[in-house]
Amino acid sequence: MSLHNTLYKLWPFPGGIKTAGKKELSNQQAINSSKLSRYLSIPLSQHIGSAAEPVVNVGDSVLKGQVLAIAKKDVISAMIHASSSGIVIAIEERLLAHPSGLSSLCIIIETDGYDQWIEHSPEKNIQSLTTKQIISRIGNAGIVGMGGALFPTAPKLTTAVQQTVETLIINAAECEPYITCDDILMQKRPEEIILGILLMKKAVGAKNCLIGIENDKPEACQALINAIQGYDIPHSDAKIEIIQIPARYPAGGEKQLIQVLTGQEVPSGKLPMDLGIICHNVTTAAAVYQAIYCNEPLISRIVTITGGAIKRPQNIEVLIGTPIHNILEQAGLDKEKVEKIILGGPMMGFAVPSVDSPVTKATNCILVSAKGELDSASPAMPCIRCARCTESCPMSLLPQQLYWFAKAHDIEKSQQYHLFDCIECGCCSYVCPSNIPLVQYFRSAKTEILIDRQEHKQSNIARERHEFRLQRLERIKQTKAEASRLRKEKLARKKARDKENDNKTDKNNDLIKEAIARSQAKKTLQQAQKSTPPKATDK
Amino acid sequence: MFSAQSSPFLKSAPSVSKMMLVVILALIPGILTSIFIFGFGVLMNICLAILSAYSFEAAMLLLRKRPVMVYLKDNSALLTAILIGLALPPLAPWWLTVIGVFFAIVISKQLYGGLGYNIFNPAMVAYAILLVSFPAEMTTYWQTPTALISQSEVSNIIPVSLGLLDTINFQFFSQLPNNLTIDALTSATPLDVVRTSTLTGFATISEIQATGTAFGMFGGIGIEWVNLAFLAGGLFILRKGLISWHIPISLLISLGFLSLLFGSFELDSNPSPLFHLFSGATMLGAFFIATDPVTAASSHKGRIIYGAGIGALIYIIRSWGGYPDAIAFSVLIMNMCVPLLDYYTQPRVYGHD
Repeated sequence: MSLHNTLYKLWPFPGGIKTAGKKELSNQQAINSSKLSRYLSIPLSQHIGSAAEPVVNVGDSVLKGQVLAIAKKDVISAMIHASSSGIVIAIEERLLAHPSGLSSLCIIIETDGYDQWIEHSPEKNIQSLTTKQIISRIGNAGIVGMGGALFPTAPKLTTAVQQTVETLIINAAECEPYITCDDILMQKRPEEIILGILLMKKAVGAKNCLIGIENDKPEACQALINAIQGYDIPHSDAKIEIIQIPARYPAGGEKQLIQVLTGQEVPSGKLPMDLGIICHNVTTAAAVYQAIYCNEPLISRIVTITGGAIKRPQNIEVLIGTPIHNILEQAGLDKEKVEKIILGGPMMGFAVPSVDSPVTKATNCILVSAKGELDSASPAMPCIRCARCTESCPMSLLPQQLYWFAKAHDIEKSQQYHLFDCIECGCCSYVCPSNIPLVQYFRSAKTEILIDRQEHKQSNIARERHEFRLQRLERIKQTKAEASRLRKEKLARKKARDKENDNKTDKNNDLIKEAIARSQAKKTLQQAQKSTPPKATDK
Repeated sequence: MFSAQSSPFLKSAPSVSKMMLVVILALIPGILTSIFIFGFGVLMNICLAILSAYSFEAAMLLLRKRPVMVYLKDNSALLTAILIGLALPPLAPWWLTVIGVFFAIVISKQLYGGLGYNIFNPAMVAYAILLVSFPAEMTTYWQTPTALISQSEVSNIIPVSLGLLDTINFQFFSQLPNNLTIDALTSATPLDVVRTSTLTGFATISEIQATGTAFGMFGGIGIEWVNLAFLAGGLFILRKGLISWHIPISLLISLGFLSLLFGSFELDSNPSPLFHLFSGATMLGAFFIATDPVTAASSHKGRIIYGAGIGALIYIIRSWGGYPDAIAFSVLIMNMCVPLLDYYTQPRVYGHD
């Protein structure tokens, strides 16, 4: 166990912005638990990939931790569990807290108030677990990447096992303003994180482990350091380094964190795994601990409730499926002050269409802003090419150029200027003096291009189908032509044969004629010899 | 509560209109110094330019069916007007200013699409068009920097200066007080004196120095203080982060380097780097004109080349060109190169070779 906190060499990343953290609002209190809601609405798709398939029916009674829906086989998917005990009263489409504003299939549980767990016991023999067992338990617990990506953790680890992973990077940067759920988790449950990390490290066989944490979280950092030193770590060769990085948004972006910690860039279109690196969030590590040490699936998460219109900003451990308004009430919603309700942080979050939608595995923060606290979408002015956006872009893109291309729907140019490398961190919009909603343009341009690609694909399929049809018709035509040709040939051959036969007859006839002629000539000669003397014929 | 606005919900940047306003505030020391040295004509030029700029801008916005107040408030026309007012000779007749502003606002800005869409720096378009159309008015109406020349012992020029009313009377009605002629009021600018003398071989640097009509304490006589004031204002907006260092610094270094280089060959026909840096509109150009974001290069590398290009062109045109000062032509020529510079100096995108 070594600790090079100050000696570790860091690399800068280009651009980025310095924001007012606003983390002090919510990072000092203890973690409270959410009050049990009467109804829990648990979406079947809380992750990247395919929705889980329900294994319960309406009317079934379920226990806390019971599997409600299983991960779809052979595709990227994740398990869904009951967050409390009760009765399944409906499986239906419900409005979700998702930027699309679309609804999705949810399992609705009417809770019975007992919050009774399904039978489970803590795992005692952690040491003897194989890589395969660890990954399968993580999968069974329905764990997904909780830093925001929501990629199911088990398939990610499985892929990592198949490749050589040198370094496990734990993302504890939490660079978005306002959000403190990772911070508080590190402060209050550092041992869980460390043990979870060790399990993941073992699972992927990584030699090194780096925990990247922004330097505006000294308490959390100290807690982790203490946990590593004070805890009886079962792996003596384990090497975990806690590295404080300068607080600069978006240092917690996966690509930026890798750049800051290793100086390497993930090639465009590739994964960190191609560099022998795998990244996981601290909260994911804690969920892994819960899944393996306690045998408890992912049914709750810590959510930061904060903002100017919240009376008691804090972090609450919320059961998945709890309606957002429930926890807002718990933290004290000042209804008169409310301006916007944002899920996630102010830089990358989205305004929610309804506070009735449930908390999901993705919900890290609910920010309820008071009037004047956030930007109120002032009208956009023309771009004056000041290039502040370019200077702030952590990917070194040219937002002002991309803006023109997006506006002109120039799909080719957008891609040529690497639109798809945009991580939508929002730095460009943040610094734009003309108030141009650049990220919004980029999102819609990306969608446009994806739709175009889809259409292209479909038109390709249609074209191929058409070409196949033409080919088929051509083939049929050719077969027919061939058949008719064969028929004709046959006919021709027959004709030829017939003709030959005719010719033969002709020949015979000729022969006969010749013979007749000959015999006639003979006859005439004989007659002549008889009538006239031979000398007359000699002359 | 639901808003269609998408992230980010935080903003930090000053608005365009505020940025322009701060730049204008940073011009004030230079404006005051100009008025002190060149008289009330400077003030009148600026006022008239502002008035005509707002009129033209509003008229064009109406014609183009754009929200008039929104764009008038962006302060960009105000800044252009002030720059034109500063660039014109202090005793310029009123119509010169109005024509200049017309070309800047109507032709080079609004007809190209308004704020953000113009390719050429509007103030410099105005200056260049006036200079080629009205060369006499543009070069002879420079009021003698009276306040300073009067103190100069070697000078044989009788110090006269016009009051505010006389200035207005002259600018609008071409009338001077009875005992005065325009020749008595004006004199060639230091850059003009040096250029004509050295190009024709009429006088060497040291001979000009002896007359006391061109060289001040470190730069061009009179104008050196104006340059110093603009330098101070420029450093202020640089520090405020309203402009990046790339353009002004590369411009000044390139101009200084070339004058040093050629000056070291022939000391007596090439004025010193300090003279170049503190004469004409060097500082105004470097910090307030070349840095116009709309018409300048946008990448760091591009900006350095852009600034250095302007600096080099200034030196070339001042030394061998047909006009005494060269900021306008240099800026306009480099404006033309901006698309090329931006295209070839794109930064390397993360994760790409």
